[in-house]
Amino acid sequence: MAIDRALVRQVARLARLALSEEEEERFSAQLGHVLEYIERLQAVDVTSVEPLSFAGDAAAGLPLREDEPQPCLPREKVLAQAPEHNGEAFLVPRILE
Amino acid sequence: MKTDLLPLSRVSEALASGAVSADALLEASLARIRSQDGQLHAFLRLTENEAWAAAKASVQRRASGKALGPLDGVPIALKDIFCMEGVETTCGSRILRGYVPPYDATVTRKLKQAGAVIVGKTNMDEFAMGSSTENSAFGPTLNPWDRTRSPGGSSGGSAAAVAARLVSGALGTDTGGSIRQPAAMVGCVGMKPTYGRVSRFGVVAFASSLDQVGPFAQDVKGVAHLLAAIAGHDPSDQTSSKRPVPDYAAALDQGVRGLRIGVPPESFGEGLAPEVEKAVRAGIEKLRAQGCQVREVPLPNSPHAIATYYIVATAEASSNLARYDGVRYGHRAKASQLLEMYERTRAEGFGAEVKRRIMLGTYALSTGYYDAYYLRAQKVRALIRRDFDQAFASVDAVVSPTSPTTAFKLGEKTDDPLAMYLSDVYTVPVNLAGLPGISVPCGFDSGGLPIGLQLIGKPFDEETLLRLARAAEPSEHRLPPMVEG
Repeated sequence: MAIDRALVRQVARLARLALSEEEEERFSAQLGHVLEYIERLQAVDVTSVEPLSFAGDAAAGLPLREDEPQPCLPREKVLAQAPEHNGEAFLVPRILE
Repeated sequence: MKTDLLPLSRVSEALASGAVSADALLEASLARIRSQDGQLHAFLRLTENEAWAAAKASVQRRASGKALGPLDGVPIALKDIFCMEGVETTCGSRILRGYVPPYDATVTRKLKQAGAVIVGKTNMDEFAMGSSTENSAFGPTLNPWDRTRSPGGSSGGSAAAVAARLVSGALGTDTGGSIRQPAAMVGCVGMKPTYGRVSRFGVVAFASSLDQVGPFAQDVKGVAHLLAAIAGHDPSDQTSSKRPVPDYAAALDQGVRGLRIGVPPESFGEGLAPEVEKAVRAGIEKLRAQGCQVREVPLPNSPHAIATYYIVATAEASSNLARYDGVRYGHRAKASQLLEMYERTRAEGFGAEVKRRIMLGTYALSTGYYDAYYLRAQKVRALIRRDFDQAFASVDAVVSPTSPTTAFKLGEKTDDPLAMYLSDVYTVPVNLAGLPGISVPCGFDSGGLPIGLQLIGKPFDEETLLRLARAAEPSEHRLPPMVEG
């Protein structure tokens, strides 16, 4: 399973990862190697098998709760962790030209 | 033997009888960390001020006859994946360096409420992605039995800290074996409870359908004490179960006579080191000698587990790690545009293995590949679960090696991601099926490295697993050579 540099670049773009030339080359080889191993799943007969996405308490089922407002952390404690803020909101670099 | 070198349950007894005090235990723990951890690097940082306050409060409670239970005054370490209010939590990553959580994880809060003395935060593979602790952005942890070797991972810091007696117990997380594999590599007991048994609130997320919190200790009873303290429903984690938490330590007294254990032939095939097989088979004979019935049970789909896992876990990770964007917390790269800020923040903040897994997961979920990879992996996952369901129709637990080899050399697998992934071949199926598993020491190889035996149980049947682990565990706890008696 080959995964070429162009595909690596395309996936990196989707993942919001800036990769160096060297990383593109290394990941191209390493991901190809891992995907080759993963190819073995294509040989498994999964006809009429329901996908399992939740391995939790089968008896209880997928749990849902009421959507009720709860107290949250104080704003200043949360903003204190932000790289940049103005006391009311997170600040980010320019989005529009 | 010094009290602080004893297994956790014996430390509890010594505290209860007044043979030792919480402040003396903390003093001994900190002294041992100062003298040994320069060579091990089990800890990323200590929480000495918090620990002294907790130890003094524990001493006072005991003096007034109000001790809280078996963990009151016991020195415990937390993997650096657990939020602790006011204490930096990095998850082994540069991207979270300097992050000081404004709240406690539920398990952190529960340990504090049980009177445990939290001594510090332990090293780990970045975002728990790894099997050797070499993916930590802050340098690897070394194995106390042989410092040229890895302690396993991703919870290698917690495992090494317990094995070297720096603390009596520790918490880790296990997404594909990250508690059980390092426990095996360093010769202590490590348990991954059933998916949903322990809250993950305040635990940095890796793969949310697989992640589970669990304990390390030298002894099975110590693990039972820790599990009892952290298990139970939490309204802040909707996947946590409302089932009542049994008295795990009391279950240990029931013995194992009549329990049926299954041996899957798939776990004793190619790739298993002969010395590991010999020790695990001896462990199975030890259980038989105590009255267990042993039979073969097939797990025909377990050989597909690693391939399945590296789709499911990376897909979930690529989604979970999207939150590290330089906006709300952690590292932010300098950039004049938003998109550039995201891409450079993540490029600078994440290490190579985390980038590889984000790439793999993004690829598996992307248009045109979803059905072939993610959906197919979810179906194979269902087959792996079905194998266990069928096995548990005729046995009470399944037994296998924890890892195919003993501790490997530092650097041995770092250039070959797939070889590293395969060291979790026996532990990964358990996470995919959501089951409880425990690794218990069952001997040493000819090089003096510990070997672990894995027991796998029915959902929410941690009691049976702990009973079996107790019957399998060694009666004497050998100390690593670097720990002076």
